[in-house]
Amino acid sequence: MIKHLLSAGDLNREDAVRILDTAEELLGVASRPIKKLPTLRGRTVVNLFFEDSTRTRISFEAAAKRLSADVINFSAKGSSVSKGESLKDTALTLQAMGADAVVVRHHNSGAPHRLAHAKWTKGAVINAGDGTHEHPTQALLDAFTMRRHLGDLEGKNITIVGDVLHSRVARSNVLLLDTLGANVTIVAPPTLLPVGVEKWPVETSYDLDTSIEKADAIMMLRVQSERMKASFFPSAREYSRRYGLDTARMNRLPDHAIVMHPGPMNRGMEITADVADDARSVIVEQVTNGVAVRMAVLYLLLGGAAQDETFDPIEETE
Amino acid sequence: MVASDDAARADTPHVPDRTVLDDKDISRALTRITHEILERNRDSTGIVLLGIPTRGVHLARRIAKRMSEVEGRDMTAGALDITMYRDDLRLKPARALEHTEIPDDIDDKVVVLIDDVLFSGRTIRAALDALNEIGRPRAVQLAVLIDRGHRELPIRADFVGKNLPTSLSENVKVKLTETDDADSVAIIGGAA
Repeated sequence: MIKHLLSAGDLNREDAVRILDTAEELLGVASRPIKKLPTLRGRTVVNLFFEDSTRTRISFEAAAKRLSADVINFSAKGSSVSKGESLKDTALTLQAMGADAVVVRHHNSGAPHRLAHAKWTKGAVINAGDGTHEHPTQALLDAFTMRRHLGDLEGKNITIVGDVLHSRVARSNVLLLDTLGANVTIVAPPTLLPVGVEKWPVETSYDLDTSIEKADAIMMLRVQSERMKASFFPSAREYSRRYGLDTARMNRLPDHAIVMHPGPMNRGMEITADVADDARSVIVEQVTNGVAVRMAVLYLLLGGAAQDETFDPIEETE
Repeated sequence: MVASDDAARADTPHVPDRTVLDDKDISRALTRITHEILERNRDSTGIVLLGIPTRGVHLARRIAKRMSEVEGRDMTAGALDITMYRDDLRLKPARALEHTEIPDDIDDKVVVLIDDVLFSGRTIRAALDALNEIGRPRAVQLAVLIDRGHRELPIRADFVGKNLPTSLSENVKVKLTETDDADSVAIIGGAA
């Protein structure tokens, strides 16, 4: 197993399946009278959030607490970061407090990578979303949700629709789904496809209607207006007409197909309220599964003996 | 479970494996344990059988099958994974989890834990912790196929297939057809 979880691309198939299988067992903990395991007693997990988050932070907090770890929540707002403290000094402070794992969300792509490899902290670093780069635990929980509904993902068709350019969720999902053997189709307006997408292991399309009928799962991405520094499409109305998932489009999906969204949703933009609340939507289930998947990641990274640095596959690929 | 996993203890490969139980012996021992469990608890209505993965689960299923035949009602055995409760988690890299499946509410029931080899007693201690968080059984009993001694904790089995005095340099290998090629119990290593 790897030491840090920075990118979904760091996981080979064996590691990814091991995380998903472990999560499958840990999902049962949520239905017990005592929703707690003693496994990480005495370990400290720091949630280091430089960017707003509801789901991911609460999910990591719940996961760590269910494993009996001590959780310290740090958000940049109201901390010394607003006085200009650097990532390095913040990390050194956390190290001095004895953090065994740092869950980091940062508005700059690559911040968790820097944190993991600069030796500022000895703990495991888990990327909880960095800029427009990656969000590996989201990809794991998405794959977990798909696997529960569709079985083995080998050969399954997954369609990802929307703002791929700004989406760390899409990037991590593409890497992980490729590792797990699924066929991924990305549908987006040309302006919202990132440079170099032709090198990704995916098919791309500009037309949602032609890609909808073969999808086993369709994942709608949020239009990230807060990251958009230019006009990427003429109007919200036009975007939603061409790339939004409405009831008519949903009815053309195969009967077994599921509708996913990483949240938070812009209802009426990329997904209509009717579709979001439909029985085929697994959006709320994704949140439940997120806790189990993050428990699995924390357990596998922190639960065992500290590993020798030389076996770190991330180090080898650099 | 602890004993069969711990291959490091078998450090003298020249001594041949000595088979101490064959398939018939195992079958007889399980039948006897089944009757002992029923005798001790009067009847099967309040009994929940839980095996400890992996071989304890196979044994629990076999005992459940025999119990169903004797009692004339369906008994199902469950599985209780103890990985998250082990006291040696930090000595090895994180292990994969096994499946936990509790067939019935265990509150106020008699839970019979079933494992293949009783050795240090640490596995059973972990199992008792795990049970604690699932419910509050009226009583917990322990059935093992082999008791090889060398306890490190004050734990004792209620039902034993065979007491097998061993030295610490020996290793007890339980094979069951569900996961292995045959039913057998052998002592590996040590002085002949």
